[in-house]
Amino acid sequence: MDLNPRFRFDSFVVGASNRVAAEAARTVAEAPGAAYNPLLIYGRSGLGKTHLLQAIGFQVQERAADLRLEYLTFEAFVERYHASLAAGQLEPFRVSMLETGLLLLDDLQFVLEHPEAQAELLWLSEALLGAGRQMVVACDRAPAAIAGLDERLISRLAGGLVVDVTAPDLATRVAILERKVAERGAGISRPVLETVAELTATNVRDLVGAVNRLIAFQAVSETPLTSETARALLAGEMPGPAPGGAAGPDAAAPPAPAGVATAAAGGEPDEFAAFLSAVSTTVAETVDAWRGQVGAAVLRWQGEGYRTRPLEQLLLAEEIPDVAGALAAYGAAVEELRRLAAEVAAFDPAASGHACLRDPEHLEEARAFAERVRAGVEPPPAPARGLTLADYVRGTANDAAVRAVEAVVAAPGAAYDPLFLTGASGTGKTHLLHAAGNALLAAHPGLVVACLSTQVFVEELAQTLAAGRIEWWRSRYRHADALLLDDLQLLAGREQAEQELFALVDAFAAARKQLVLTADQPPGQLAALSARLKTRCEAGLVLELTAPDRPMRAELVRRLLAARDVAAVPDAVEYLAGRPADSARAVQGLVNRALARMDPATETLTAATARLAVEGRAPRPSQAQAISAPRAAGLDPLLSSREKVVWDWPDIAECLVEEWR
Amino acid sequence: MSLVNFTTREITCKIVYYGPGRSGKTTNLQYVYAHVPDDRRGRMVSLATQTDRTLFFDFLPLDLGTISGFTTKFQLYTVPGQVYYNATRKLVLQGADGIVFVADSQVRQLDENLESLRNLQANVLEQGVDIRGLPMVLQFNKQDLPPELILAPGELDQALNFRGLTAFPADALHGAGVFETLKGVAAEVLRRLSQGDGAVRRI
Repeated sequence: MDLNPRFRFDSFVVGASNRVAAEAARTVAEAPGAAYNPLLIYGRSGLGKTHLLQAIGFQVQERAADLRLEYLTFEAFVERYHASLAAGQLEPFRVSMLETGLLLLDDLQFVLEHPEAQAELLWLSEALLGAGRQMVVACDRAPAAIAGLDERLISRLAGGLVVDVTAPDLATRVAILERKVAERGAGISRPVLETVAELTATNVRDLVGAVNRLIAFQAVSETPLTSETARALLAGEMPGPAPGGAAGPDAAAPPAPAGVATAAAGGEPDEFAAFLSAVSTTVAETVDAWRGQVGAAVLRWQGEGYRTRPLEQLLLAEEIPDVAGALAAYGAAVEELRRLAAEVAAFDPAASGHACLRDPEHLEEARAFAERVRAGVEPPPAPARGLTLADYVRGTANDAAVRAVEAVVAAPGAAYDPLFLTGASGTGKTHLLHAAGNALLAAHPGLVVACLSTQVFVEELAQTLAAGRIEWWRSRYRHADALLLDDLQLLAGREQAEQELFALVDAFAAARKQLVLTADQPPGQLAALSARLKTRCEAGLVLELTAPDRPMRAELVRRLLAARDVAAVPDAVEYLAGRPADSARAVQGLVNRALARMDPATETLTAATARLAVEGRAPRPSQAQAISAPRAAGLDPLLSSREKVVWDWPDIAECLVEEWR
Repeated sequence: MSLVNFTTREITCKIVYYGPGRSGKTTNLQYVYAHVPDDRRGRMVSLATQTDRTLFFDFLPLDLGTISGFTTKFQLYTVPGQVYYNATRKLVLQGADGIVFVADSQVRQLDENLESLRNLQANVLEQGVDIRGLPMVLQFNKQDLPPELILAPGELDQALNFRGLTAFPADALHGAGVFETLKGVAAEVLRRLSQGDGAVRRI
């Protein structure tokens, strides 16, 4: 919007009622963005707010011609915003607004009529203020007095300086009248002006109107105005200037709408102009109004976090769509989503943020999702995909356990229920458990298999209890077809979790659903389990996984080397398999150490390399070589083995003492 | 061609003045023509007999300029009123966005008015359109005649306005009510756009 050249600081009469506002405006105009940002000026209509806003604009234009400024009434802002929405050009609109160095926003009170634009204004104000751009806002009341104004917006706008302008006092009113009379070149005496100032006290516009009437009267009167005449004229006791008289431009009739001729030739009413005006009004109200409606709805629902693609599609329509129907349908869909989200939140607050609950276009999906959550069949943790039976090395140490797992996979819930796997750490319980879960899923598609560690089980339960949705949690696990729980010894000290597990075990037993449990000790020796749970566990099949024997270790070594594409001579494998290792994890440690001394990509692992890495010496010579070769004199064989020597002493003095000994 | 084309940002509105012979349809258009600035009107096409009766139809294009970003054009048509030109009436009615039914207010013309209304309904129905869905206004023309010769607007309303349409008393010869009628039908047509049935029902 263009600035009115009459509204400059020079023509603004400063008095007690507006001094602070005028000073603040001047300060802002001298250094936009540096002080009082945003500046909010409020006061009743006709007290000079618009004048100050535009005066700032003019001064800034003069001082910094390259600074882009925008003067907008709030309604013009909304109109622009709606137009950009309707044209699908919201982003260019925002970019354009963000390029503004000084935004002068008038008549903020109309925000009440366009609540949908609040969010945009909030966004814009945050962006502009964040970028150090100056905002000056005028409003007919203090922001906090605007009922329904977003508190965040109030906070932003009040974050700079809020000043008010009040009705001018008598001296100011006289000064304003003198200024206006001087501008118009009329000769009205000061006593007359004082009389007018006393009579007219409401606002500056009333004063200007009074001056116009006086000037118009004086133009057709041959006698100079007196205070009495002025008083009578303003009281309506004297007729105003005759039609066609030399009234000033301000006293002219209100202008006709732009583009419409005011009167036809010959003084007849311009019927075509009136017709055109009526059609223009109707077109504005109807033809494109639906875009505004849709745009407002898009903004509203986006602001509430819903996807608005169906509404955005409407804006692309070439024919006018069934806007009311579409908005009603969308609104109904959102309402249902809200209801579903509330239901879901009651079970699982985190699930209520699921994307499908924000997309009215996928209502069916949302319904199904809510149904799943309601029913508690949102699956608990599944087995880790990478741990399969195919990768599991079988041997005498675990053969019985693997066979039992195979039987369980073939007929879950029918044999060995519960199956309890026990064994020291690193003997392959976890791998076998997850492998069993994956095998169950592969053999019985659609089966819900819960496979998790006791640690996760306990943590989930604690969170569920804290959220007060224990029933949903129970339902979630009871809907599983198989429960595979690792490291049961971690139940120690978790009475609530132990009780819940007992209830689950009972429920699974009653429903003939499969349970597979692991622990580092047999159930009877687990202090973590209550007697009743111990008996339930022992009622199934308890199998122990022992340390891997040599063939198992050899197979483990081969697989580990193959997994890392390492070439190895058989002796090296045999050497590593022959080393003492009580678990698969220990075998893996040996292999890692052996490979640490070579480049696996280019070298072949030999027994010598492995021994050197593991023990710190070359392999023993053959028996014949051993007999013929002289023994290294004076060296205790014990000290030649890296496995037998402690190399890393915490203190150098201790190390020296040990070596001396 | 659609009434509102959002791609080309054009509004094209076809208004047909319908009614019995000599009710003043052409007079309406002539008055409009005379009161539209030269740059806003096209050539008025009028095919008349030697006795100034409309032989085929009158056509007056109006260019209202750009309104709310839309290039807005009105096309005003009249139909020949005489009974034997029904084929022409059907042809002119095709694609109409709105109808002005110009009734002759004279008492003796009441039957002709009713007959013409029935004819309008039949012609519209023949093209598969229910007249109740069409934007339409009534004009009670010749209200300037002596009161003893004419029916008052209330009486005409009673006799002709079964649907409770907006009705305008008029004196087309002198212009009274002519633009009011045009405004009325334009508003009906344009407002129907916002009622959510996708597009105005056209014939």
